Amino acid sequence: MEDDAPVIYGLEFQARALTPQTAETDAIRFLVGTQSLKYDNQIHIIDFDDENNIINKNVLLHQVGEIWHISASPADRGVLATCYNRTSDSKVLTCAAVWRMPKELESGSHESPDDSSSTAQTLELLCHLDNTAHGNMACVVWEPMGDGKKIISLADNHILLWDLQESSSQAVLASSASLEGKGQLKFTSGRWSPHHNCTQVATANDTTLRGWDTRSMSQIYCIENAHGQLVRDLDFNPNKQYYLASCGDDCKVKFWDTRNVTEPVKTLEEHSHWVWNVRYNHSHDQLVLTGSSDSRVILSNMVSISSEPFGHLVDDDDISDQEDHRSEEKSKEPLQDNVIATYEEHEDSVYAVDWSSADPWLFASLSYDGRLVINRVPRALKYHILL
Amino acid sequence: MAPGSASSPSPSFPASRPWAAVGTMAAAAAAGPSPGSGPGDSPEGPEGEAPERRRKAHGMLKLYYGLSEGEAAGRPAGPDPLDPTDLNGAHFDPEVYLDKLRRECPLAQLMDSETDMVRQIRALDSDMQTLVYENYNKFISATDTIRKMKNDFRKMEDEMDRLATNMAVITDFSARISATLQDRHERITKLAGVHALLRKLQFLFELPSRLTKCVELGAYGQAVRYQGRAQAVLQQYQHLPSFRAIQDDCQVITARLAQQLRQRFREGGSGAPEQAECVELLLALGEPAEELCEEFLAHARGRLEKELRSLEAELGPSPPAPDVLEFTDRGGSGFVGGLCQVAAAYQELFAAQGPAGAEKLAAFARELGSRYFALVERRLAQEQGGGDNSLLVRALDRFHRRLRAPGALLAAAGLADAATEIVERVARERLGHHLQGLRAAFLGCLTDVRQALAAPRVAGKEGPGLAELLANVASSILSHIKASLAAVHLFTAKEVSFSNKPYFRGEFCSEGVREGLIVGFIRSMCQTAQSFCDSPGEKGGATPPALLLLLSRLCLDYETATISYILTLTDEQFLVQVGLLYEEGVRKAQSSDSSKRTFSVYSSSRQQGRYAPSYTPSAPMDTNLLSNIQKLFSERIDVFSPVEFNKVSVLTGIIKISLKTLLECVRLRTFGRFGLQQVQVDCHFLQLYLWRFVADEELVHLLLDEVVASAALRCPDPVPMEPSVVEVICERG
Repeated sequence: MEDDAPVIYGLEFQARALTPQTAETDAIRFLVGTQSLKYDNQIHIIDFDDENNIINKNVLLHQVGEIWHISASPADRGVLATCYNRTSDSKVLTCAAVWRMPKELESGSHESPDDSSSTAQTLELLCHLDNTAHGNMACVVWEPMGDGKKIISLADNHILLWDLQESSSQAVLASSASLEGKGQLKFTSGRWSPHHNCTQVATANDTTLRGWDTRSMSQIYCIENAHGQLVRDLDFNPNKQYYLASCGDDCKVKFWDTRNVTEPVKTLEEHSHWVWNVRYNHSHDQLVLTGSSDSRVILSNMVSISSEPFGHLVDDDDISDQEDHRSEEKSKEPLQDNVIATYEEHEDSVYAVDWSSADPWLFASLSYDGRLVINRVPRALKYHILL
Repeated sequence: MAPGSASSPSPSFPASRPWAAVGTMAAAAAAGPSPGSGPGDSPEGPEGEAPERRRKAHGMLKLYYGLSEGEAAGRPAGPDPLDPTDLNGAHFDPEVYLDKLRRECPLAQLMDSETDMVRQIRALDSDMQTLVYENYNKFISATDTIRKMKNDFRKMEDEMDRLATNMAVITDFSARISATLQDRHERITKLAGVHALLRKLQFLFELPSRLTKCVELGAYGQAVRYQGRAQAVLQQYQHLPSFRAIQDDCQVITARLAQQLRQRFREGGSGAPEQAECVELLLALGEPAEELCEEFLAHARGRLEKELRSLEAELGPSPPAPDVLEFTDRGGSGFVGGLCQVAAAYQELFAAQGPAGAEKLAAFARELGSRYFALVERRLAQEQGGGDNSLLVRALDRFHRRLRAPGALLAAAGLADAATEIVERVARERLGHHLQGLRAAFLGCLTDVRQALAAPRVAGKEGPGLAELLANVASSILSHIKASLAAVHLFTAKEVSFSNKPYFRGEFCSEGVREGLIVGFIRSMCQTAQSFCDSPGEKGGATPPALLLLLSRLCLDYETATISYILTLTDEQFLVQVGLLYEEGVRKAQSSDSSKRTFSVYSSSRQQGRYAPSYTPSAPMDTNLLSNIQKLFSERIDVFSPVEFNKVSVLTGIIKISLKTLLECVRLRTFGRFGLQQVQVDCHFLQLYLWRFVADEELVHLLLDEVVASAALRCPDPVPMEPSVVEVICERG
């Protein structure tokens, strides 16, 4: 079972923002935002042709500034949000805005990769998320499975819930909350839980993880000192409602059950430098992807704490019954958590990794030098999980 | 045959689609591993024979696909295995089948099935023929090969027969030759035996004269060896008069020999090795070991006591004692060396004595050793007043080192332990001595201060100010402390043989030096100061307030800074000795002048910073191109390689990770022009000082280059500072 070789794509600029085109479920498409202080920044729409192993790209100009974070609407393929730096009078402010890409690029195009760069198109600004009162935007997250009308942005110590109205041309601040405490509190990252009817958001600031209820904008749980150092990223298990993963500067990846915040369920220590990104696979939550500034991407199989701890045994409709037998069966059939693969195609720090929204066995990773690598889950494991 | 089963969509064709499978079966049989149905049984009565044959082929096919008979039949879609009308079933009965067909089918269908059957039988036949034709050549060649093999084997058989007869002949000859030679062989053996016996006898007869000669010549060793060789034989044959005579002669001579040896042994003057030889010979002559042992030790005692006496004489009250180093030297070479020799010889000679002998020796060594130690201690006690630690430490080192050899020989006597104990005691006493010295110094300082304060002021000439006095006191105390620490530190020097003893590794440093000496001194200082305060001027000599003021200030200073400084100093010297415990490790390309090498290694990043603005507007690729080219030529750094346990490796790891962290932090910022320049200066400064801590300074350069390059990228207005300016700034620090 030969595994396909990774596909590498090089951007001309430094880059640290990567997202799959979330609303697209057929074609494999990623969006990458560049970071350049001197030239116009770009958003590369990267189409991956799975059958021929070919990458097609389209470039959109993003002239307002360098992109620190990018996220795509889960409902509309053409809509995306970026956090970008705006420099004015030697002051740097990170702003956020919602954009629409030209219609013809929404579903990709099959232009040859050479000629598109000359005729780069620009994004259409839908609305700014006004943050003059709140400070630097760290990230923007969309309500998962929603209609693309609700987003949350994190600005310094504020968590802001926006309603996008009039076909996203207007962003109205629906509610907000802020962290109070000693020192300068600053959110680093946040994710919106797909469970509980999308009413929960988790955020990271310093070494703490917090859960928020979006209806009341109040804190529902708090994991103090989740990591020894700064928490860089977190992600929700898409299939188990109380589970989330976090990673940080202590080189660790920790898995939490939010019902018991005193101790992580599991801790991984495979990286040797800061872990910048952690992502659960959207369908098979035992597959966990992490990217780190040790230039490595690690794919782990966390089967023992996944929703399928004994492999694919049961049909979807009797999963709930299974819950009772779980503990007994665990003793019978212990499955090993392990590192599936370490990908070393990057030569610089990897700041972003993510799974494709269309193909659950495919993921992309992006390093600072602008190298995007598309890899697949090893075939042997894929068949092992499926069969 | 049931029509339903013929049209069954099930893929398991052997069971459910018998007719359609026939053609395939033949093909499978042709291709399969067993070409079973031979060409011989070609069908004569197609209706009758074919099903039989087919069943056979069908069975093989099932075998080929790994299906058991039952399994194949067990499929739900398959027909009943016992059905006699199943053409492919095991229980197929042609009669029943025909009967069933005739009864159930209309004529047209009967005709159809008949033609169908005939057609398929023909096809089978032709397939079989093809098979035979195809394999005909192979059969022919196989037959040829077999025939040829038969011929060859016949020839080989003949040759084997010839070989067997030849071998028989050879065996026969060989047996005859041995028989012929047998006789002579025996005779030769006998003669040789007689010869050897005669030689032995000759030796015996010559023995007395030889022994006499040996004794005359003084070759005692040779004589004893002869005696030893002959004794057993003489003992055995003493009933024969001639042997008896020889034995008597020998005994007389041996007795004389023993006499002489004893004589020599008692004279004793001829040194330990010769004595040992005498004892060895006497033992070989069968003298009683017990007695010899006693005598040997008595002699040794005499010699060693002489050594001790001479040492004691040196120690004596009147004559100027030689310095302690010389004393321990002499003791080491004289007494300890002698003891070593005695012990070694004793253990070699009286090894047969077992534990009792060893115990005797140990007791001997213990007794003499304790006397020696008493002498050494007396001598060391004389040293106690002296101030020079280095001589004392060297003497102790010599003393301790000398005693390690007998220590190994005489583990039971516990000499090494006793020696270590003495060294420890001395070290402890030295610590006490230093503490006394420090106290005295402190009191001396105070007296000076008092005097200075009490000195009558000469008009117009201001006495020394209080601040000055305070500074004097503080510095003089500090220098005394430092001197004491340095002196005491000699005890833990690496090359001193006892420094690796547990006492000197742990207790001496923590309890002795830190607690006992330094903390003890500080305590006594406090006490002294306290006593000044407490004693109201009842004896008339009231404490001058200025002195109290000065003392209070001194104590305050000590509380805020000095104590922690002194303790840190002590800890550094005595406790935290990573560098001593861990080896240096290998350092690559260690160039002391690399600190002078300022910006040469920086050129790449500097050039990039400088050229980027001029090159890039035309092509936005260039920054990346440049850094990529730069990366091409520099090896990839593995920032997180595992660390070995030595100083350099650990430091290298720490520095690499720190620089990587710096890099990541730089990348998260946006720099103004001056921010970039600050990073430049910082990196240059780090470059000047970090190289000496790492295994490969190239690493530091590469990482720092990357930091500067990243900072340049993160700066919208990258105007790097002139290298010469950077240098000047860094060198000023």
